[in-house]
Amino acid sequence: MKLGFLVDLNLCMGCKGCEVACKVENEVPLGSWRLRVKYIDIGTFPETSRSFTPLRCNHCESAPCERICPVSALHYLENGIVNVDSSRCIGCAGCMMACPYGAIYMDPETNTADKCTYCAHRIESGMMPACVVICPVQANIFGDLDDDNSHISRYIMEHQGAVQVRKPEKNTTPKHFYVGGGNQTLNPLAQQRLEGYNLFNNITHLKQIGDPHESVIGRFLEPFESEEKLDNRSFIDFDNDNYKGGH
Amino acid sequence: MVEHGIHATQAVVTLDVALPGIIWGWMITLNMWAKSVGTGVILVGAFLLYRHKKDEMPNLRWMMPLIAFIFLNIFLLFTLADLHHPYRMVNIFLHPHWTSAITVGAWMASLFTALVTVMLVIGYFDAHPNVRKNCALANAARANSSLYEKIFPFVVFLAIPVTLYTAIIMAESSARELWQAPSEVMQMMWAALMAGSAGLILISGKWSPEARRDLALVLAIATFFSFLMYMGEYFFSFKSAEGEATLAYVHAGGAYNAEFWFGMVLGFIVPFFLAVGNMKSDNKTLLKFAALMALIGLYMAKDVWLKIPQMLSLS
Repeated sequence: MKLGFLVDLNLCMGCKGCEVACKVENEVPLGSWRLRVKYIDIGTFPETSRSFTPLRCNHCESAPCERICPVSALHYLENGIVNVDSSRCIGCAGCMMACPYGAIYMDPETNTADKCTYCAHRIESGMMPACVVICPVQANIFGDLDDDNSHISRYIMEHQGAVQVRKPEKNTTPKHFYVGGGNQTLNPLAQQRLEGYNLFNNITHLKQIGDPHESVIGRFLEPFESEEKLDNRSFIDFDNDNYKGGH
Repeated sequence: MVEHGIHATQAVVTLDVALPGIIWGWMITLNMWAKSVGTGVILVGAFLLYRHKKDEMPNLRWMMPLIAFIFLNIFLLFTLADLHHPYRMVNIFLHPHWTSAITVGAWMASLFTALVTVMLVIGYFDAHPNVRKNCALANAARANSSLYEKIFPFVVFLAIPVTLYTAIIMAESSARELWQAPSEVMQMMWAALMAGSAGLILISGKWSPEARRDLALVLAIATFFSFLMYMGEYFFSFKSAEGEATLAYVHAGGAYNAEFWFGMVLGFIVPFFLAVGNMKSDNKTLLKFAALMALIGLYMAKDVWLKIPQMLSLS
């Protein structure tokens, strides 16, 4: 069994339902995302179009994150999922440097690397990933790539020539496919990501990796301190460069 | 207006989440820089011991492992401090994953540091026969003085992979195209020779002029070739779209442009000419100045090269 994912960008309407479902299902903290939907405006007014691209871990067959992880915290499951063992992660961020898709984040609550696992816990129970279940237009297609009769295999065969992966030149053999995508939607170098407030939100970069309130000395003292559970309020006012910019 | 500044065929991200900025920052720079000094003094020290009599460099036998010991511990300390779970470093030894250069490097660097510590203990107590005469450790070290010369070849041999493994980590960081160049391996070796010669120059005040001339020669060669490689990588690393985009941004006066050129002038061009000048006429002060400049410039160059590929959004 080799599980894979396909997103038909012709169907996706950018409702972000999958993003929310993922957050809720996996209790992803504020400021972190396992799955996100990026809006990209293409062309010059009045000839413009808007594209929606859901981005998540590609569960590569030759995963650079798995290769660089010094303690096998990132490992393959038998069904092809690249899973994370948070209890083993040392927080070196090597996987964040290796993943060409920027799919891994440092969880600000646990200070360990985390990412989309195709909802491995749900798969184990015979359920579909939360983002697949929530999608109102069935743009997310999930299944066994080894099974020729699975929905995803048939979808790939029916759309031969139009199925793409992100950054194929990296030779990571991603198991996440797109239909209806193009260079401008799948290649970040073909997009301008202008920092600051724009039509929808303040596009910026995170200043911190992991817990925004953690000091270097705090990392060493953490095991000896009383457990103080972080809550979401800690992340609401995280300090960003453009935070004070007007809207 | 935005639309006038954007080429019609390009796309603009209008809604997205905040992405991580620089992930590996100054602590990793310091880590790499300190490792260059730690391994470099062993490599250059071995070269000096091969070329000259020990009498010409009276304190080298214990000062060389002392400098290596200090800088290797700085390297290990900041390796730990950069981890979000420093105590879980033990997992590298309990659950090693051998395809990772981080794992292989951690094992080699730990062994290397242990051997350097043994050399330091023996070298120090040999050089100071009146210190701690009743201490069991000191007496054991003096009694096993020959062990120093026995393990030294292994330490020199081990210094090479310990120097180079960071280049393999960078090669495994496949998201950062700028680090994928095979020349990174040689860049690490030149950095070690540069830092090692600079480190030893600072303690060479009482050494023979011939030994100092050799140090100046190593510094001059290392700065020259390292500078050439940086120039080659800076101007011609257009093997990939990511590398090109990163360098185009820096070339155009973007962030880290000034730091890069400061590093090149202070750490490579100035020390090169001072070292070449010192080979003709021995001037301890100028040579030490060159060594300091080389160490500062090397840090700046490494810092820029570490950070600039991380400015690129990956998705």
